[in-house]
Amino acid sequence: MTAIAHRYEFVYLFDITNGNPNGDPDAGNLPRLDPETNRGLVTDVCLKRKIRNFVSLDKEDAPGYAIYMQEKAVLNHQHQKAWEALGIPPDAKEQYKKLPKDEAKSRELTAWMCSNFFDVRTFGAVMTTGVNAGQVRGPVQMAFATSIDPVVPLEISITRMAVTTEKEAEAQSGDNRTMGRKHIIPYGLYRAHGFISAKLAERTGFSDQDLTLFWQALTSMFEHDRSAARAEMAARKLFVFEHESAMGNAPAHVLFDAVKIQRADADTLSAPRRFSDYRVELNRAAVPGGVTVHEML
Amino acid sequence: MGYGISLLIWGERACFTRPEMKVERVSYDVITPSAARGVMDAIHWKPAIRWSVDRIHVLKPIRFESIRRNEVGGKLSPASVTKAMKSESAVGLVTHVDEDRQQRAATILRDVAYVIDAHFDLTAAAGPDDSVGKHLDIFNRRARKGQCFQMPCMGVREFPAHFKLLEEGEALPGSDASLNGERDLGWMLHDIDFERGMAPRFFRARMIDGVIDVPPWHSTEVKA
Repeated sequence: MTAIAHRYEFVYLFDITNGNPNGDPDAGNLPRLDPETNRGLVTDVCLKRKIRNFVSLDKEDAPGYAIYMQEKAVLNHQHQKAWEALGIPPDAKEQYKKLPKDEAKSRELTAWMCSNFFDVRTFGAVMTTGVNAGQVRGPVQMAFATSIDPVVPLEISITRMAVTTEKEAEAQSGDNRTMGRKHIIPYGLYRAHGFISAKLAERTGFSDQDLTLFWQALTSMFEHDRSAARAEMAARKLFVFEHESAMGNAPAHVLFDAVKIQRADADTLSAPRRFSDYRVELNRAAVPGGVTVHEML
Repeated sequence: MGYGISLLIWGERACFTRPEMKVERVSYDVITPSAARGVMDAIHWKPAIRWSVDRIHVLKPIRFESIRRNEVGGKLSPASVTKAMKSESAVGLVTHVDEDRQQRAATILRDVAYVIDAHFDLTAAAGPDDSVGKHLDIFNRRARKGQCFQMPCMGVREFPAHFKLLEEGEALPGSDASLNGERDLGWMLHDIDFERGMAPRFFRARMIDGVIDVPPWHSTEVKA
Protein backbone atom coordinates (compact mmCIF):
# COMPACT_ATOMS: atom_id res chain seq x y z
CA MET A 1 0.00 0.00 0.00
CA THR A 2 1.73 3.16 -1.12
CA ALA A 3 0.70 6.33 0.59
CA ILE A 4 -1.08 9.13 -1.22
CA ALA A 5 1.20 11.62 -2.96
CA HIS A 6 -0.95 14.73 -2.98
CA ARG A 7 -2.29 17.12 -0.42
CA TYR A 8 -6.08 17.49 -0.45
CA GLU A 9 -8.62 19.86 0.98
CA PHE A 10 -12.33 19.30 0.77
CA VAL A 11 -15.56 21.22 1.17
CA TYR A 12 -18.42 18.98 2.17
CA LEU A 13 -22.07 20.04 2.13
CA PHE A 14 -24.83 18.06 3.74
CA ASP A 15 -28.34 18.94 4.79
CA ILE A 16 -30.97 17.85 7.23
CA THR A 17 -34.75 17.99 6.98
CA ASN A 18 -36.89 17.81 10.12
CA GLY A 19 -34.27 16.16 12.24
CA ASN A 20 -31.42 16.67 14.68
CA PRO A 21 -27.99 16.24 13.08
CA ASN A 22 -25.95 16.43 16.30
CA GLY A 23 -27.41 16.88 19.76
CA ASP A 24 -25.79 19.05 22.39
CA PRO A 25 -25.37 17.19 25.70
CA ASP A 26 -25.19 20.56 27.44
CA ALA A 27 -28.59 21.64 26.18
CA GLY A 28 -30.70 18.54 26.76
CA ASN A 29 -29.89 17.17 23.31
CA LEU A 30 -31.08 20.24 21.40
CA PRO A 31 -29.30 20.58 18.07
CA ARG A 32 -25.96 22.27 18.62
CA LEU A 33 -26.03 26.01 18.05
CA ASP A 34 -23.36 28.62 17.78
CA PRO A 35 -24.67 31.01 20.43
CA GLU A 36 -23.29 34.08 18.67
CA THR A 37 -24.77 33.53 15.23
CA ASN A 38 -27.51 30.95 15.86
CA ARG A 39 -26.04 28.80 13.16
CA GLY A 40 -26.14 25.06 13.66
CA LEU A 41 -23.00 23.11 14.44
CA VAL A 42 -21.94 19.52 13.84
CA THR A 43 -18.73 18.51 15.58
CA ASP A 44 -15.79 16.92 13.82
CA VAL A 45 -16.06 13.80 15.97
CA CYS A 46 -19.70 13.34 14.98
CA LEU A 47 -18.75 13.16 11.29
CA LYS A 48 -15.79 10.89 12.05
CA ARG A 49 -18.06 8.48 13.89
CA LYS A 50 -20.27 8.19 10.80
CA ILE A 51 -17.25 7.59 8.58
CA ARG A 52 -16.07 4.81 10.90
CA ASN A 53 -19.52 3.26 10.91
CA PHE A 54 -19.71 3.36 7.12
CA VAL A 55 -16.34 1.68 6.71
CA SER A 56 -17.17 -1.07 9.16
CA LEU A 57 -20.45 -1.71 7.33
CA ASP A 58 -18.85 -1.59 3.91
CA LYS A 59 -15.79 -3.67 4.68
CA GLU A 60 -17.23 -5.95 7.33
CA ASP A 61 -13.88 -6.17 9.06
CA ALA A 62 -11.98 -7.23 5.95
CA PRO A 63 -8.30 -7.54 6.82
CA GLY A 64 -6.77 -4.09 7.04
CA TYR A 65 -10.13 -2.39 7.47
CA ALA A 66 -10.91 -3.14 11.09
CA ILE A 67 -12.21 -0.19 13.09
CA TYR A 68 -10.42 0.57 16.31
CA MET A 69 -12.86 2.99 17.92
CA GLN A 70 -15.85 0.74 17.67
CA GLU A 71 -19.12 1.08 19.32
CA LYS A 72 -19.00 -1.93 21.62
CA ALA A 73 -15.32 -2.45 20.96
CA VAL A 74 -12.75 -3.26 23.57
CA LEU A 75 -9.86 -0.95 22.91
CA ASN A 76 -7.27 -2.83 24.83
CA HIS A 77 -8.05 -6.05 23.03
CA GLN A 78 -6.95 -4.34 19.87
CA HIS A 79 -3.63 -3.34 21.40
CA GLN A 80 -3.14 -6.80 22.75
CA LYS A 81 -3.68 -8.10 19.23
CA ALA A 82 -0.73 -5.98 18.13
CA TRP A 83 1.53 -7.33 20.84
CA GLU A 84 0.47 -10.89 20.23
CA ALA A 85 0.65 -10.71 16.45
CA LEU A 86 4.24 -9.61 16.69
CA GLY A 87 5.09 -12.02 19.45
CA ILE A 88 6.61 -9.37 21.67
CA PRO A 89 6.74 -10.58 25.24
CA PRO A 90 5.57 -8.00 27.77
CA ASP A 91 8.16 -6.48 30.05
CA ALA A 92 8.20 -8.52 33.26
CA LYS A 93 7.80 -5.55 35.58
CA GLU A 94 6.13 -2.91 33.46
CA GLN A 95 3.89 -5.30 31.56
CA TYR A 96 2.34 -3.36 28.69
CA LYS A 97 2.37 0.01 30.37
CA LYS A 98 5.20 1.67 28.51
CA LEU A 99 6.39 1.43 24.98
CA PRO A 100 8.97 -1.28 24.54
CA LYS A 101 12.38 0.16 25.30
CA ASP A 102 13.47 -0.87 21.87
CA GLU A 103 12.25 1.87 19.54
CA ALA A 104 12.13 -0.41 16.52
CA LYS A 105 9.75 -2.70 18.40
CA SER A 106 7.42 0.14 19.32
CA ARG A 107 7.43 1.32 15.73
CA GLU A 108 6.50 -2.17 14.73
CA LEU A 109 3.52 -2.03 17.09
CA THR A 110 2.34 1.27 15.72
CA ALA A 111 2.82 0.12 12.13
CA TRP A 112 0.81 -2.99 12.86
CA MET A 113 -2.02 -0.91 14.26
CA CYS A 114 -1.94 1.36 11.21
CA SER A 115 -1.99 -1.47 8.70
CA ASN A 116 -4.85 -3.26 10.41
CA PHE A 117 -7.14 -0.45 11.43
CA PHE A 118 -8.62 1.94 8.89
CA ASP A 119 -9.46 4.65 11.40
CA VAL A 120 -6.00 4.61 12.98
CA ARG A 121 -4.44 5.15 9.53
CA THR A 122 -6.94 7.87 8.71
CA PHE A 123 -7.57 9.87 11.86
CA GLY A 124 -4.78 8.64 14.09
CA ALA A 125 -5.18 7.40 17.63
CA VAL A 126 -3.66 7.79 21.03
CA MET A 127 -2.81 4.33 22.14
CA THR A 128 -1.53 4.89 25.62
CA THR A 129 -4.45 3.29 27.37
CA GLY A 130 -2.87 0.87 29.80
CA VAL A 131 -1.61 -1.32 27.00
CA ASN A 132 0.65 1.00 25.10
CA ALA A 133 1.02 0.95 21.35
CA GLY A 134 2.24 4.49 20.79
CA GLN A 135 0.63 7.58 19.30
CA VAL A 136 -0.41 8.14 15.72
CA ARG A 137 -1.32 11.41 14.04
CA GLY A 138 -3.56 10.66 11.12
CA PRO A 139 -3.52 12.49 7.79
CA VAL A 140 -7.20 13.48 7.83
CA GLN A 141 -8.11 16.56 9.82
CA MET A 142 -11.70 17.79 9.95
CA ALA A 143 -13.17 20.97 11.35
CA PHE A 144 -16.61 21.63 12.77
CA ALA A 145 -19.43 21.86 10.24
CA THR A 146 -21.53 25.02 10.41
CA SER A 147 -24.91 25.73 8.85
CA ILE A 148 -25.04 28.35 6.12
CA ASP A 149 -27.95 30.22 7.69
CA PRO A 150 -29.13 30.47 11.28
CA VAL A 151 -31.29 27.49 12.23
CA VAL A 152 -34.31 27.47 14.51
CA PRO A 153 -34.64 24.32 16.57
CA LEU A 154 -38.23 23.30 17.26
CA GLU A 155 -39.33 21.33 20.24
CA ILE A 156 -41.92 18.77 19.23
CA SER A 157 -43.95 17.13 21.95
CA ILE A 158 -45.00 13.56 21.28
CA THR A 159 -47.12 11.11 23.21
CA ARG A 160 -46.69 7.46 23.89
CA MET A 161 -49.60 5.14 24.57
CA ALA A 162 -47.72 3.09 27.10
CA VAL A 163 -45.81 3.53 30.32
CA THR A 164 -42.57 2.04 31.51
CA THR A 165 -43.35 1.00 35.05
CA GLU A 166 -46.19 -0.43 37.04
CA LYS A 167 -45.99 2.56 39.33
CA GLU A 168 -46.66 5.01 36.51
CA ALA A 169 -49.66 3.01 35.42
CA GLU A 170 -51.11 3.18 38.91
CA ALA A 171 -50.47 6.89 39.14
CA GLN A 172 -52.37 7.42 35.93
CA SER A 173 -55.10 5.01 36.97
CA GLY A 174 -54.74 3.01 33.81
CA ASP A 175 -54.62 5.92 31.36
CA ASN A 176 -51.05 4.95 30.49
CA ARG A 177 -49.95 7.93 28.43
CA THR A 178 -46.55 9.57 28.59
CA MET A 179 -45.23 12.63 26.88
CA GLY A 180 -41.88 12.83 25.19
CA ARG A 181 -39.87 15.46 23.35
CA LYS A 182 -38.10 15.64 20.05
CA HIS A 183 -35.89 18.45 18.93
CA ILE A 184 -35.72 19.08 15.24
CA ILE A 185 -34.40 21.58 12.75
CA PRO A 186 -36.88 22.15 9.91
CA TYR A 187 -34.03 22.54 7.46
CA GLY A 188 -30.33 23.21 7.62
CA LEU A 189 -27.56 23.11 5.03
CA TYR A 190 -24.20 22.47 6.68
CA ARG A 191 -20.72 23.08 5.38
CA ALA A 192 -17.67 21.21 6.64
CA HIS A 193 -14.02 21.65 5.76
CA GLY A 194 -11.35 18.98 5.82
CA PHE A 195 -7.64 18.61 5.21
CA ILE A 196 -5.56 15.62 4.17
CA SER A 197 -1.81 15.75 4.66
CA ALA A 198 0.21 13.60 2.28
CA LYS A 199 3.18 13.78 4.61
CA LEU A 200 1.32 12.28 7.54
CA ALA A 201 -0.20 9.71 5.18
CA GLU A 202 3.34 8.51 4.45
CA ARG A 203 3.76 7.73 8.12
CA THR A 204 0.53 5.82 8.57
CA GLY A 205 0.34 4.23 5.12
CA PHE A 206 -2.94 5.95 4.18
CA SER A 207 -3.21 4.88 0.53
CA ASP A 208 -5.15 5.89 -2.59
CA GLN A 209 -7.57 3.02 -1.96
CA ASP A 210 -8.15 4.37 1.52
CA LEU A 211 -8.78 7.79 0.06
CA THR A 212 -11.33 6.41 -2.40
CA LEU A 213 -13.05 4.67 0.47
CA PHE A 214 -12.98 7.89 2.45
CA TRP A 215 -14.72 9.81 -0.35
CA GLN A 216 -17.23 6.98 -0.62
CA ALA A 217 -17.90 7.22 3.08
CA LEU A 218 -18.54 10.94 2.82
CA THR A 219 -20.86 10.61 -0.15
CA SER A 220 -23.00 7.80 1.23
CA MET A 221 -22.57 7.60 4.99
CA PHE A 222 -25.94 9.17 5.78
CA GLU A 223 -27.66 6.45 3.76
CA HIS A 224 -26.64 3.97 6.46
CA ASP A 225 -27.21 6.22 9.43
CA ARG A 226 -30.97 6.54 9.53
CA SER A 227 -32.68 6.99 12.84
CA ALA A 228 -35.76 8.52 14.38
CA ALA A 229 -33.78 11.47 15.67
CA ARG A 230 -31.87 12.29 12.50
CA ALA A 231 -34.72 11.96 10.01
CA GLU A 232 -33.53 12.92 6.55
CA MET A 233 -29.87 13.73 6.16
CA ALA A 234 -28.17 13.79 2.80
CA ALA A 235 -24.74 14.52 1.43
CA ARG A 236 -25.25 17.24 -1.17
CA LYS A 237 -21.87 18.34 -2.49
CA LEU A 238 -18.29 17.29 -2.12
CA PHE A 239 -15.62 19.47 -3.68
CA VAL A 240 -12.17 17.98 -3.49
CA PHE A 241 -9.12 20.16 -4.13
CA GLU A 242 -6.17 18.06 -5.20
CA HIS A 243 -2.75 19.72 -5.03
CA GLU A 244 -0.06 18.66 -7.46
CA SER A 245 2.54 18.39 -4.73
CA ALA A 246 2.58 16.71 -1.37
CA MET A 247 3.18 20.02 0.39
CA GLY A 248 0.40 21.74 -1.48
CA ASN A 249 0.23 24.47 -4.12
CA ALA A 250 -2.11 26.99 -2.55
CA PRO A 251 -3.30 28.17 0.85
CA ALA A 252 -6.32 26.25 2.09
CA HIS A 253 -8.39 29.36 2.82
CA VAL A 254 -8.05 30.55 -0.78
CA LEU A 255 -9.49 27.27 -1.99
CA PHE A 256 -12.34 27.29 0.50
CA ASP A 257 -13.23 30.84 -0.53
CA ALA A 258 -13.71 29.60 -4.10
CA VAL A 259 -16.84 27.72 -2.99
CA LYS A 260 -19.67 30.20 -2.48
CA ILE A 261 -23.13 29.30 -1.25
CA GLN A 262 -25.93 31.81 -1.69
CA ARG A 263 -29.67 31.83 -1.57
CA ALA A 264 -31.06 30.99 -4.99
CA ASP A 265 -33.46 33.90 -4.74
CA ALA A 266 -31.41 36.76 -3.37
CA ASP A 267 -34.40 38.92 -2.42
CA THR A 268 -36.31 36.27 -0.55
CA LEU A 269 -37.07 36.76 3.10
CA SER A 270 -38.44 33.28 3.62
CA ALA A 271 -36.48 30.71 5.55
CA PRO A 272 -34.70 28.05 3.48
CA ARG A 273 -36.51 24.71 3.49
CA ARG A 274 -34.85 22.67 0.77
CA PHE A 275 -31.52 22.32 -0.99
CA SER A 276 -32.86 24.04 -4.11
CA ASP A 277 -33.29 27.22 -2.04
CA TYR A 278 -29.52 27.50 -2.25
CA ARG A 279 -27.16 28.07 -5.14
CA VAL A 280 -23.74 26.51 -4.77
CA GLU A 281 -21.06 28.06 -6.95
CA LEU A 282 -17.51 27.03 -7.51
CA ASN A 283 -15.44 29.88 -8.85
CA ARG A 284 -12.92 27.95 -10.91
CA ALA A 285 -11.05 31.11 -11.81
CA ALA A 286 -10.23 31.64 -8.14
CA VAL A 287 -8.52 28.25 -7.87
CA PRO A 288 -4.77 28.79 -8.28
CA GLY A 289 -2.67 26.75 -10.71
CA GLY A 290 -1.42 23.40 -9.53
CA VAL A 291 -4.72 22.58 -7.89
CA THR A 292 -7.36 20.37 -9.53
CA VAL A 293 -10.95 20.44 -8.38
CA HIS A 294 -12.98 17.25 -8.37
CA GLU A 295 -16.70 17.46 -7.85
CA MET A 296 -17.37 14.12 -6.25
CA LEU A 297 -21.05 14.86 -5.74
CA MET B 1 17.00 39.09 14.65
CA GLY B 2 18.27 38.90 11.11
CA TYR B 3 16.35 35.75 10.31
CA GLY B 4 13.07 36.31 12.04
CA ILE B 5 9.70 35.86 10.38
CA SER B 6 6.23 37.22 10.98
CA LEU B 7 3.28 34.97 10.32
CA LEU B 8 -0.36 35.99 10.40
CA ILE B 9 -2.60 33.17 11.61
CA TRP B 10 -6.35 33.14 12.09
CA GLY B 11 -9.17 30.72 12.74
CA GLU B 12 -12.83 30.33 13.69
CA ARG B 13 -12.09 28.66 17.00
CA ALA B 14 -9.12 27.82 19.19
CA CYS B 15 -8.36 25.85 22.32
CA PHE B 16 -4.99 26.37 24.01
CA THR B 17 -5.73 24.19 26.98
CA ARG B 18 -4.63 25.30 30.42
CA PRO B 19 -2.70 22.44 31.99
CA GLU B 20 -4.54 22.84 35.29
CA MET B 21 -7.91 22.50 33.53
CA LYS B 22 -7.50 19.84 30.92
CA VAL B 23 -10.29 17.42 31.77
CA GLU B 24 -13.04 19.92 31.15
CA ARG B 25 -10.76 21.92 28.90
CA VAL B 26 -10.44 25.63 29.43
CA SER B 27 -8.39 27.61 26.97
CA TYR B 28 -5.86 30.28 27.83
CA ASP B 29 -6.90 33.77 26.73
CA VAL B 30 -4.30 33.77 23.98
CA ILE B 31 -2.09 31.39 22.03
CA THR B 32 0.84 29.95 23.99
CA PRO B 33 4.40 30.12 22.65
CA SER B 34 4.27 26.33 22.56
CA ALA B 35 1.21 26.25 20.30
CA ALA B 36 2.69 28.98 18.11
CA ARG B 37 5.84 26.90 17.72
CA GLY B 38 3.62 24.00 16.69
CA VAL B 39 2.15 26.15 13.90
CA MET B 40 5.68 26.89 12.60
CA ASP B 41 6.63 23.23 12.87
CA ALA B 42 3.58 22.25 10.81
CA ILE B 43 4.81 24.47 7.98
CA HIS B 44 8.52 23.69 8.08
CA TRP B 45 10.67 21.88 10.60
CA LYS B 46 13.74 19.70 10.58
CA PRO B 47 15.67 18.29 13.52
CA ALA B 48 18.40 20.76 12.57
CA ILE B 49 16.34 23.78 13.62
CA ARG B 50 14.35 24.90 16.62
CA TRP B 51 11.72 27.61 16.38
CA SER B 52 11.48 30.23 19.12
CA VAL B 53 8.59 32.62 19.45
CA ASP B 54 9.65 36.20 20.21
CA ARG B 55 6.39 38.09 20.18
CA ILE B 56 2.70 37.41 19.93
CA HIS B 57 0.37 40.11 18.57
CA VAL B 58 -3.23 39.50 19.55
CA LEU B 59 -5.49 41.08 16.93
CA LYS B 60 -9.03 40.24 17.93
CA PRO B 61 -11.08 40.63 21.11
CA ILE B 62 -10.83 37.68 23.50
CA ARG B 63 -14.14 35.80 23.46
CA PHE B 64 -15.08 32.39 24.81
CA GLU B 65 -17.69 29.79 24.00
CA SER B 66 -18.50 26.43 25.54
CA ILE B 67 -18.91 23.15 23.72
CA ARG B 68 -19.56 19.69 25.16
CA ARG B 69 -18.68 16.51 23.35
CA ASN B 70 -18.74 12.77 23.91
CA GLU B 71 -15.24 11.49 24.44
CA VAL B 72 -13.73 8.16 25.37
CA GLY B 73 -12.46 7.70 28.89
CA GLY B 74 -10.77 4.39 28.04
CA LYS B 75 -8.09 3.28 30.36
CA LEU B 76 -7.69 -0.25 31.49
CA SER B 77 -5.30 -1.34 34.20
CA PRO B 78 -2.42 -3.47 32.92
CA ALA B 79 -3.10 -5.85 35.79
CA SER B 80 -6.49 -6.85 34.43
CA VAL B 81 -4.97 -7.33 30.99
CA THR B 82 -2.32 -9.58 32.46
CA LYS B 83 -4.98 -11.52 34.29
CA ALA B 84 -6.99 -11.98 31.12
CA MET B 85 -3.90 -13.09 29.25
CA LYS B 86 -3.00 -15.62 31.90
CA SER B 87 -6.46 -17.11 31.81
CA GLU B 88 -6.37 -16.83 28.01
CA SER B 89 -9.87 -15.49 27.97
CA ALA B 90 -11.16 -12.02 27.34
CA VAL B 91 -14.23 -12.49 29.49
CA GLY B 92 -14.37 -9.72 32.03
CA LEU B 93 -11.90 -7.58 30.14
CA VAL B 94 -14.38 -5.12 28.74
CA THR B 95 -14.23 -1.48 27.74
CA HIS B 96 -17.11 -0.57 25.49
CA VAL B 97 -16.69 2.77 23.82
CA ASP B 98 -20.32 3.60 24.28
CA GLU B 99 -20.21 2.54 27.90
CA ASP B 100 -16.98 4.37 28.43
CA ARG B 101 -18.43 7.73 27.52
CA GLN B 102 -17.18 10.88 29.08
CA GLN B 103 -19.02 14.02 28.23
CA ARG B 104 -16.53 16.79 28.50
CA ALA B 105 -17.11 20.47 28.09
CA ALA B 106 -14.48 22.68 26.56
CA THR B 107 -14.34 26.42 27.00
CA ILE B 108 -12.77 27.57 23.77
CA LEU B 109 -11.85 30.82 22.06
CA ARG B 110 -13.88 32.20 19.16
CA ASP B 111 -12.69 34.03 16.08
CA VAL B 112 -8.99 34.47 16.79
CA ALA B 113 -6.17 36.08 14.85
CA TYR B 114 -2.54 36.52 15.83
CA VAL B 115 0.72 37.64 14.34
CA ILE B 116 3.58 35.46 15.49
CA ASP B 117 7.08 36.93 15.42
CA ALA B 118 9.51 34.04 15.56
CA HIS B 119 13.04 33.02 14.66
CA PHE B 120 14.87 29.74 14.70
CA ASP B 121 18.26 28.59 15.86
CA LEU B 122 20.28 25.70 14.56
CA THR B 123 20.46 22.76 16.91
CA ALA B 124 23.15 20.21 17.63
CA ALA B 125 21.59 18.00 14.97
CA ALA B 126 22.49 20.48 12.21
CA GLY B 127 24.79 19.01 9.60
CA PRO B 128 27.16 20.81 7.20
CA ASP B 129 24.31 21.29 4.67
CA ASP B 130 22.13 23.10 7.16
CA SER B 131 22.41 26.83 6.96
CA VAL B 132 20.12 29.40 8.45
CA GLY B 133 19.47 30.90 5.04
CA LYS B 134 18.39 27.61 3.54
CA HIS B 135 15.79 26.84 6.18
CA LEU B 136 14.56 30.41 6.24
CA ASP B 137 14.08 30.30 2.47
CA ILE B 138 12.20 27.03 2.67
CA PHE B 139 9.90 28.37 5.37
CA ASN B 140 9.21 31.61 3.55
CA ARG B 141 8.61 29.85 0.27
CA ARG B 142 6.15 27.45 1.85
CA ALA B 143 4.33 30.05 3.92
CA ARG B 144 3.96 32.32 0.87
CA LYS B 145 2.43 29.53 -1.20
CA GLY B 146 0.28 28.17 1.58
CA GLN B 147 2.23 24.94 1.64
CA CYS B 148 2.51 22.93 4.81
CA PHE B 149 3.56 19.53 6.13
CA GLN B 150 0.15 19.30 7.74
CA MET B 151 -2.56 21.88 8.27
CA PRO B 152 -1.50 23.88 11.34
CA CYS B 153 -4.05 24.07 14.11
CA MET B 154 -5.16 26.37 16.89
CA GLY B 155 -4.30 24.15 19.84
CA VAL B 156 -6.32 21.09 18.73
CA ARG B 157 -6.62 19.56 15.28
CA GLU B 158 -10.33 20.19 14.81
CA PHE B 159 -9.63 23.93 14.77
CA PRO B 160 -7.50 24.60 11.69
CA ALA B 161 -5.23 27.64 11.59
CA HIS B 162 -5.07 29.54 8.32
CA PHE B 163 -1.80 31.31 7.76
CA LYS B 164 -0.22 34.02 5.66
CA LEU B 165 3.36 35.19 5.62
CA LEU B 166 3.87 38.89 6.38
CA GLU B 167 6.65 40.10 4.13
CA GLU B 168 9.43 42.21 5.52
CA GLY B 169 8.33 45.79 5.87
CA GLU B 170 4.67 44.86 5.50
CA ALA B 171 2.52 46.72 7.99
CA LEU B 172 1.18 44.67 10.87
CA PRO B 173 -2.59 44.52 11.17
CA GLY B 174 -3.67 46.59 14.15
CA SER B 175 -5.00 45.09 17.36
CA ASP B 176 -8.60 45.55 18.39
CA ALA B 177 -9.22 48.57 20.61
CA SER B 178 -10.49 46.33 23.41
CA LEU B 179 -6.93 45.08 23.90
CA ASN B 180 -5.46 48.49 24.63
CA GLY B 181 -3.70 49.08 27.89
CA GLU B 182 -1.75 46.63 29.97
CA ARG B 183 -3.18 43.28 30.92
CA ASP B 184 -1.58 40.66 33.15
CA LEU B 185 -2.50 37.24 31.79
CA GLY B 186 -0.87 35.47 34.73
CA TRP B 187 1.45 32.49 34.51
CA MET B 188 1.21 30.85 31.14
CA LEU B 189 2.82 27.78 29.62
CA HIS B 190 5.89 28.75 27.66
CA ASP B 191 6.74 25.33 26.30
CA ILE B 192 7.46 21.78 27.29
CA ASP B 193 11.08 20.94 28.08
CA PHE B 194 11.59 17.76 26.10
CA GLU B 195 15.19 17.49 27.19
CA ARG B 196 14.18 17.21 30.81
CA GLY B 197 11.46 14.62 30.78
CA MET B 198 8.66 16.76 29.33
CA ALA B 199 8.71 19.27 32.16
CA PRO B 200 6.47 22.26 31.48
CA ARG B 201 8.00 25.72 31.89
CA PHE B 202 6.01 28.87 32.53
CA PHE B 203 6.36 32.60 32.15
CA ARG B 204 4.43 35.63 33.33
CA ALA B 205 2.50 36.83 30.29
CA ARG B 206 1.85 40.56 30.05
CA MET B 207 -0.11 41.95 27.14
CA ILE B 208 0.56 45.58 26.35
CA ASP B 209 -1.72 47.02 23.66
CA GLY B 210 -2.30 43.54 22.32
CA VAL B 211 1.37 42.56 22.20
CA ILE B 212 2.98 39.89 24.39
CA ASP B 213 6.75 39.77 24.53
CA VAL B 214 7.87 36.20 25.03
CA PRO B 215 11.04 35.83 27.08
CA PRO B 216 13.74 33.59 25.58
CA TRP B 217 13.56 29.92 26.54
CA HIS B 218 16.67 29.96 28.71
CA SER B 219 16.07 33.29 30.43
CA THR B 220 15.51 33.51 34.17
CA GLU B 221 11.94 34.71 33.58
CA VAL B 222 10.96 31.24 32.42
CA LYS B 223 10.42 28.95 35.38
CA ALA B 224 9.72 25.28 35.64
